[in-house]
Amino acid sequence: MASAFEYAPAPESRGNVDIAPSYGLFIDGEFTEAADGKVFKTVSPSTEEVLSEIAQAGAADVDRAVKAARKAFEKWSALPGSERAKYLFRIARIIQERSRELAVLETLDNGKPIKETRDADLPLVAAHFFYYAGWADKLEYAGFGANPKPLGVAGQVIPWNFPLLMLAWKIAPALATGNTVVLKPAETTPLSALFFADICRQAGLPKGVVNILPGYGDTGAALVAHPDVNKVAFTGSTAVGKEIARTVAGSRKKLTLELGGKGANIVFDDAPIDQAVEGIVNGIFFNQGQVCCAGSRLLVQESIQDELLESLKRRLSTLRLGDPLDKNTDIGAINSEEQLTRITSLVEQGEAEGAERWSPACELPESGYWFAPTLFTNVTQAHTIARDEIFGPVLSVLTFRTPDEAVAKANNTAYGLSAGIWTEKGSRILAVANKLRAGVIWSNTFNKFDPTSPFGGYKESGFGREGGRHGLEAYLDV
Amino acid sequence: MSEKTEKTEQRLSVFKTYKLYVGGKFPRSESGRVYEVTAKTSAAGAAGKGNWLANVPLSSRKDARDAVVAARKAFGAWSGATAYNRGQILYRIAEMLEGRREQFVREVADAEGLSKSKAAAVVDATIDRWVLYAGWTDKIAQVVGGGNPVAGPFFNLSSPEPTGVVAVLAPQESSFLGLVSVVAPVIATGNTAVVIASEKSPLPALSLGEVLATSDLPGGVVNILSGRTAEIATPLAAHQDVNAIDLAGADDVLAKELEIAAADNLKRVLRPQPVDEVDWSAKPGIDRMTAFLETKTVWHPTGSLGASGSSY
Repeated sequence: MASAFEYAPAPESRGNVDIAPSYGLFIDGEFTEAADGKVFKTVSPSTEEVLSEIAQAGAADVDRAVKAARKAFEKWSALPGSERAKYLFRIARIIQERSRELAVLETLDNGKPIKETRDADLPLVAAHFFYYAGWADKLEYAGFGANPKPLGVAGQVIPWNFPLLMLAWKIAPALATGNTVVLKPAETTPLSALFFADICRQAGLPKGVVNILPGYGDTGAALVAHPDVNKVAFTGSTAVGKEIARTVAGSRKKLTLELGGKGANIVFDDAPIDQAVEGIVNGIFFNQGQVCCAGSRLLVQESIQDELLESLKRRLSTLRLGDPLDKNTDIGAINSEEQLTRITSLVEQGEAEGAERWSPACELPESGYWFAPTLFTNVTQAHTIARDEIFGPVLSVLTFRTPDEAVAKANNTAYGLSAGIWTEKGSRILAVANKLRAGVIWSNTFNKFDPTSPFGGYKESGFGREGGRHGLEAYLDV
Repeated sequence: MSEKTEKTEQRLSVFKTYKLYVGGKFPRSESGRVYEVTAKTSAAGAAGKGNWLANVPLSSRKDARDAVVAARKAFGAWSGATAYNRGQILYRIAEMLEGRREQFVREVADAEGLSKSKAAAVVDATIDRWVLYAGWTDKIAQVVGGGNPVAGPFFNLSSPEPTGVVAVLAPQESSFLGLVSVVAPVIATGNTAVVIASEKSPLPALSLGEVLATSDLPGGVVNILSGRTAEIATPLAAHQDVNAIDLAGADDVLAKELEIAAADNLKRVLRPQPVDEVDWSAKPGIDRMTAFLETKTVWHPTGSLGASGSSY
C-alpha cells in the first residue's frame, strides 16, 4: 500500500446493532430451539470473534417448519394480492428504516466491507421487496395467464456471499405470488436472516408464512427432499445444484438453480482503459471476488495487454484491505476458514501449473481470514485457475487477437452466468453480446444489479431467472 | 397401406424403406438393426398383432450420438437465422405437408387405429400446428423479452435465446399431432432437435423427415430416430453436449431416470404432463417454447447529456 494515501481509521459504529448471545429457529412465528437441541456458533470472519450461538435445524425441525408453512399457505394464498402487497411494502420500509443496523450486522457476520453492505446490499434488499410488493396484485398482467396460481410451500437454500440480498431474491417473489416459505441461510451467515424474522414480526406477517431454519448442508438436503415442499430454489455451488436436481427428479417440485460462474471480462483495444480498469477491479474484487457472476477471467486484446496490466497493477496497489467496518476499506475478509483454504489451494495450483502470480504489497491482519488481491498472467485455457470457480479475489488474465477468438474463449467454460465487454464500438458490443452464452452481459460496466432486471445463468450456471417479471415464473404454477 | 393387397392384383406396389433422418440425410441405423412396425386396428389389437407395415431402423447409442453432432453443427446457423426466415421455413413445412396429406392420413390411421376421417382431422390439426408455430418465430421475443426500468443510468434489455440442442422424446400415443406439437416449438425458437419417434408408431415421424428435407430446413436442425425410446433416450439424457430434454414420451419410471441423468450437465428438463392432462388437440400456450429459451440481459450505461438534459 506504499502508494496509497494514509487514512485515519474510520470505523462504522457497532453500537446500533444488538446481537443476542443466542438465537433459535424461526418456525410458525416463534423463535424455538432445535428438536435435538443442537447449536452452532457463528463467527466474525475478520476477527474470529464468536458473534452468537445459533440453533441448528434437523430433519424434525424441517418437518415442523414445512407443516407450519403448509398451514399458513391456505390463508396467505387466499388473501387479495393487494393485501399481500401491503405486507411486502411494510417489510421493504422496515428494512429501509433498519438498514444501517442490518448493514453493520451483515458486515460483522460476513466480513464484507461496510461500504458494500451500506451502499449495495441493503439498498438492493429494500428495493427487491418494494419491487415485488407491487407485483402481488398485478399477476394477471405478468404474462402467465389470467389467473396464475402459487405453487405452495417453497423450500429455499441460500449462500453466504450476499446473505440478506439472496434472502430478498428468494422470499420477495415467493410471497408476492402467494407462496409460503421455509428458508435455510448459510451456516456461516445466519444472523441477517434471523433479524429478518424479527422484521416479519414487526410487519405483522401472519405466522408460518416465513420460516427460517439455520443449519448446514444436511438441513438444506432435508428441506429440498421434504415431500410436502412444492418448489425448490437454490443459490450456491454447481456441485450441490446438481445434487438437488437429482433429488427432485421424478417429483412435481418446481426447481430453479442459480449456481457458479467463471465470467469473462473482455477488453478490446479501443476500450477506455481507465474505465475498464475500474470495471475489472469491481468485477473481481467486489465482495472479495466471492460472487457467482464475478469477472474472474480477464480477456484482454493482445495489443493493449502491457498498458492495461500496468494500469491495473497500479490500481490494485491502492486498494485498502482491512477492517470491514472501516468506511475506507475496499477489501474485507474472506467469509470462512474453509473458503480461505479453497482459495489458497487453487492459487497454489495456479502457480504449480505455470501461471505467473502477482499481488500488490499488502499487509494482512493477524486474526481473521484474509487473502490479498491476486492476479495471474501467462494463463492458458487449460489451467485450473482459468476453468474452476475460485470464488475469491483472484483474477486470471488471458489474451486474444480477434473478436472471434475472444468469443470462443469466453464461451469455453461449462458455466454461463455473466460476461463483460469493454469497447467504444457499439456494433461490436451488440455482436459480441449476441454470441456470448451467458445470462447477464455488462457492457462498459460490471456487477450492476436491479430488482427489475432478470438474473440467472446458461449451461451449468443453472436455470430460471431472479428479478423482474421473469422472476415470478419460478413461483407460479405455469 | 391397407390397399396394398388389393392393388397387387393389378400392379405390385413399391414399398418404402423407412430410414432415419440425421444431418439432412437418410441413413439406416449404423447398427444394421431393424424392428417390425405393425398397424394398430381394433380387430388386430384383439388378435394381439396388427398387419405388418414396415421394418424400421432400431437406432443405437451411436446413432443418438451422431444425431447430436449433426444437431450441434446446425445450431449456429439456425439460431442465427432471422426469426422471419425461420417462420418462412416452418410455413414451408406446412405447405409440403399439405401436399402429402393423403399419405399422412393413411399413416396416422394405421399408426393410431383411426378411421380415415378421424385420421384426416388429426393430419389437418397437425398441419395447422406448423402454421401456428411458423407465426410465433418473430413474436415470442417481444412477448417474453423487453426493456427493464432499472434504477440507474443504464439501458437494460432482456431477450430470449435458444438453449441449444434439445433431445425430444415424442409422445408415444399421438404419433403425428403429438410429435409436431413437441418438435415445432423447439425449432421455432432457434433450437435444434434430436427427436425419438413414438416407439410403436414411428412411421409418421420418419415420413416427416422426408417433408423436412424438402422444406428448406437446413440439415441437422431436426434429426429423427426410431427405435426403443429408453435405449436411445438414456445416452441422450447423459450426453454432455445436449442442453435440454423434453420427456413427453417417457413414462414416470423412465422420466425419473432420465431426469437424474440430465442433472449431470444441468439440462433443462421438461417433465411429461400427467396422463389425464394430455390433450394434443388443445391450442398450445407458450410454455413449450419458453421451456427451451434462456433469458439474456444486456446492460449498457446511457451516459448523460449534462445537468440540463436535452434542450428540445
